Amino acid sequence: MSNGATPLLELKNITKAFPGTLANDDVSLSVMPGEIHALLGENGAGKSTLVKIIYGILSADKGQTQWHGEDVRIPSPHAARSLGIGMVFQHFSLFEALSVAENIALGIEDAFDLAALSRRIEEVSEGYGLPLDPARMVHTLSVGERQRIEVVRCLLNNPKLLIMDEPTSVLTPQEVEKLFETLRRLSEEGCAILYISHKLEEIRALCHKATILRMGRVVAECNPKVESARSMAQLMIGEELKTPEHGASKDISEPYLVVRDLTIASGHAFGVDLKGISFEVRGGEIVGIAGVAGNGQTELMDALTGETLAATPDSVEILGQDMGRNGPRERRQLGAAFVPEERLGHGAVPDMSLVENAYLSGFERMALTRGGFIDQGGQRRYAENIVAGFDVRTPGVEHAARALSGGNLQKFIVGREILQDPRLIIVSQPTWGVDAGAAAAIHQALFNLANGGTAVVVISQDLDEIFQLSDRFFVINEGRVSESLDPRSVSLEEVGLRMGGLHGVPGDVKDDIESGEGAVS
Amino acid sequence: MDWIVPTLITVISASTPLLLAALGELVTEKAGVLNLGIEGMMLMGAIAGFAVGIGTGSWILALLAAAIAGGLLALVFGLLTLTLLANQVATGLALTIFGVGLSALIGANFVGMPFPGLPKLDLPFLSELPVIGPLLFGHDFLVYFSFFMVFAVAWFLNRSKAGLVLRAVGESHDAAHSIGYNVIAIRYMAVTFGGAMAGLGGAFLSLSYTPMWAENMTAGRGWIALALVVFATWKPGRALLGAYIFGGVTILQLHAQGIGVEIPSQILSMLPYLATILVMVLISMDSSRIRQNAPGCLGKIFHPAA
Amino acid sequence: MIRLEPRGESSPFWLYATPFLAVAMTVIAGGIIFAGLGTDPIEGLYQFFIAPISSLYGVSELFVKATPIVLIAVGLALGFKANVWNIGAEGQLTIGAITGGGVALLFYEVEGFYILPLMTVAGILGGMAWAAIPAFLKTRFNTNEILTSLMLTYVALLVLSTLVHGPWRDPEGYNFPESRLFSDSALLPVVWDGTRFHIGAIVALLVVAVGWIVLTRTITGFQIKVIGQAPRAAGYAGFSSKRMVWIALLASGGLAGMAGLFEVAGPIGQLIPTISPGYGFTAIIVAFLGRLHPVGALFAGLLVALSYLGGEIVQIELGMPQAVTGVFQGLLLFFLLASDVLIRYRVRWGRSGKKAEV
Repeated sequence: MSNGATPLLELKNITKAFPGTLANDDVSLSVMPGEIHALLGENGAGKSTLVKIIYGILSADKGQTQWHGEDVRIPSPHAARSLGIGMVFQHFSLFEALSVAENIALGIEDAFDLAALSRRIEEVSEGYGLPLDPARMVHTLSVGERQRIEVVRCLLNNPKLLIMDEPTSVLTPQEVEKLFETLRRLSEEGCAILYISHKLEEIRALCHKATILRMGRVVAECNPKVESARSMAQLMIGEELKTPEHGASKDISEPYLVVRDLTIASGHAFGVDLKGISFEVRGGEIVGIAGVAGNGQTELMDALTGETLAATPDSVEILGQDMGRNGPRERRQLGAAFVPEERLGHGAVPDMSLVENAYLSGFERMALTRGGFIDQGGQRRYAENIVAGFDVRTPGVEHAARALSGGNLQKFIVGREILQDPRLIIVSQPTWGVDAGAAAAIHQALFNLANGGTAVVVISQDLDEIFQLSDRFFVINEGRVSESLDPRSVSLEEVGLRMGGLHGVPGDVKDDIESGEGAVS
Repeated sequence: MDWIVPTLITVISASTPLLLAALGELVTEKAGVLNLGIEGMMLMGAIAGFAVGIGTGSWILALLAAAIAGGLLALVFGLLTLTLLANQVATGLALTIFGVGLSALIGANFVGMPFPGLPKLDLPFLSELPVIGPLLFGHDFLVYFSFFMVFAVAWFLNRSKAGLVLRAVGESHDAAHSIGYNVIAIRYMAVTFGGAMAGLGGAFLSLSYTPMWAENMTAGRGWIALALVVFATWKPGRALLGAYIFGGVTILQLHAQGIGVEIPSQILSMLPYLATILVMVLISMDSSRIRQNAPGCLGKIFHPAA
Repeated sequence: MIRLEPRGESSPFWLYATPFLAVAMTVIAGGIIFAGLGTDPIEGLYQFFIAPISSLYGVSELFVKATPIVLIAVGLALGFKANVWNIGAEGQLTIGAITGGGVALLFYEVEGFYILPLMTVAGILGGMAWAAIPAFLKTRFNTNEILTSLMLTYVALLVLSTLVHGPWRDPEGYNFPESRLFSDSALLPVVWDGTRFHIGAIVALLVVAVGWIVLTRTITGFQIKVIGQAPRAAGYAGFSSKRMVWIALLASGGLAGMAGLFEVAGPIGQLIPTISPGYGFTAIIVAFLGRLHPVGALFAGLLVALSYLGGEIVQIELGMPQAVTGVFQGLLLFFLLASDVLIRYRVRWGRSGKKAEV
């Protein structure tokens, strides 16, 4: 840990501008050898930009980088790696159609010998408790195992500094614990870790020091062990946030969504098959679907919206009608609304104006089409109502969706669905990549809907969100859902086990994927 | 039965240009770039090779010129799609339209000129062996080169680090970029290689197959080569198989006309095109196979996002 | 070192300015090509671009040439916008000429007002039927429509060749591979006396207007745009991409078939082995040059029609190969695609702040 010696890495006055935003504004930061240093901030605070500069993917407009007290230039990731900097990306830099060994070979500078490399991978991965089979194809691995590839890839380069960008957002609680063990061990061996996160409890548990960024600037440095989560949150967000209120107890009505033995083979190369999913959601309740990314959430969402059709009509019953063979338009007409995970390109067309994007899902239920012709005035008024009603910050509704920030666009999409007065709403990752203010507003809107008698389904990888919102929830794992769980009584450990498929040992998960069977039933 | 050997030799001739062009496009596509302009690059190779061959009398210079011409046109494609981020489908079409026009413009003065053809391998004793001699030892350089390239491309893609990098770039350009590979530079190389191979394929037509220059002489072979890559599910060995099946269909059709089958010659001429459609349908029926093998970023524009 | 910086939103200025920029660059490049071929560039450019339309008759010819190009380009533009790549308009044009022309040959001894409408319907249906093949293969087997529609073009040309060399050859035609001349009832009325400006040009204008309304005012046009720009969002909205494949191919095939019929019932007047000097392919360029917009296709079609007339003139006046037309068309599309980058990106010169350690 820090001992007054020369810092391993020192950034001085780093500034980086993108068109329209100052991503990093005069940022200074120093990391001591062996230190686990948290970089804390909201979405869009500039954390990712800063580490991309350290790792040589981006170059700063201004400022200096020192390594072991000496000025360095890091023009490329190759240069970063040869200094001893490794990085584990939030969106993994992995190639699904290649094997584990090939993936690792791409990220290290050694001579190309896959057989020798495979032996080293086995050695290192066993040594750090991160078991990996070098011959496996990446697309057959779980998200946690994929992260291990990235970590092992870094470890093979004998790093002095390991950068981890939001590493736990894709892991089960058990996997998080294991990762922390590995990181602590690396720290004891003298490897510094720059740990990016917005999860305060994690940072308190793991990190020695924290630098807090807000809107591109360093607003504080602190010791997370002594600081409270609340005080760090205030530094991070810069204002006191209103916690969304669940409101009065509600009347639960009849089931608005019934899913019966839903089984769909994935149409995508590396997708997940849905296997016999059954559950129901009643009016007035919020039901969560938790799970690690890539366990069938996307496929389930598509099956619920009608973008992929089920084999039989009664697999998906919406508001009393069999809709398994009907598309999104019929489902919307009945009063269903959907907010997909991907904002740009799925929930909205990036290059289309907000007016056109309002029409995108609203034309049916808001009656914006007459005899095949678009009601120009009507679609504009609808877009303006959304912007006004949901505090969407935009200079005007004629601007393109891509020009909005993530939080504003999400508020627009959620608002667009809510103004259609849905009786069933299904939202996926509603606050992913959204700033805290917008997230709170979206959560409040979902509470209000449920209180008004709407059935709400929230698919989320964020367990905090699941626990905060849902009256009860399911865990999805390898295309199957668990029994209904009560967030007030279930233990985090049990949820974590279910997210990992009720297995403690990762090896078993692999076997299941190969044999196509999961243990949850 | 004495027609068998000559027929097989013509099959080899008909297949070689398809194989060369398909191998080039295969490497291009493995890097994630869809270049629909093969037809244009083949024509440019055909006329450049022919013009230089006539002008210098050197077949080596002629082939070199063909590869350069194809490669240069491919570089134009690279400039537009890789540097200026233009749509790959539209640019590929433009490449074909431009190549057809420019080759015809250059070739206007060469129509009807004779060319002696490429020299054939002539080994004492071996070439005189019955059956095996003419089949194995009587061809010109490009035929042997095309076979060599099947192995070379297969080795490169599956056994070398550079080939792994190229596949990685085609699989996910964002991941390759974030690890630190120069996606654009690697794609430029792959595209240029594809163009050079298409140029050689075209040169085979004008210097060996016919050998003469005629406007639009590729007659859709560039498009067939494109179909071959899909048929081959991006595997060099299967590209070889596919090219020889198509070569066989072409020759079958020619021979049927020669023997005097009572069908209008135009109907027989349709066979290679109909065969291409049939093969495309058969291969796309098994869609999981294409999805498993198609490069993940095929045809997608890469801009290193901030 | 050129650097491209993404714009938050597309630039409306460059959206309309790039076609002009592309034309200007093509003219410059054309001058260089003329100089390279040993022609005075000014003279060459004059003969290519100005001379063809320096008379009223020339202007009328411009419309005659533009008619099939614009008809096809409007259909292709809507299809391309929806990411349906019909590259086989040339084949659909040919089949339309065959089916429509076949009706004319069937009624060659009959006069009647109904013959021409019948031919037109037959031509449209022929083009649609030919385009329906790739549509079926695409929607049923997911077969790439680029390759199938293109391969069918070669087949269509061979079908035409079979017919005019065989069963449909004019018995009194001295063995030339040509059909009988169409009767007067089977020829398009000329609306501009003394020229070949026929009623098809008026129809093309109507098609442009209808295409414009469909694209900008109807839910079908909205679907075209969404499916083309964001297929996932289209699925989310409940728009069927399969249905769009059918709509796009049938519409563009039908228009190409009509264009083919107008050629044989207009300027040509009979079936011959080569009906079109590549209008089906040229229309691809026109669709792009016209920003995949029907009105844009009209202006672009007139411009590109000029390149055909110019090609003929430089062949006659300067003894150049007519292939120069194809070169000009290819260059035009190159320059357009190259300058299109300005719509979505700002071009910056210099290195991107790699001076971190000053």
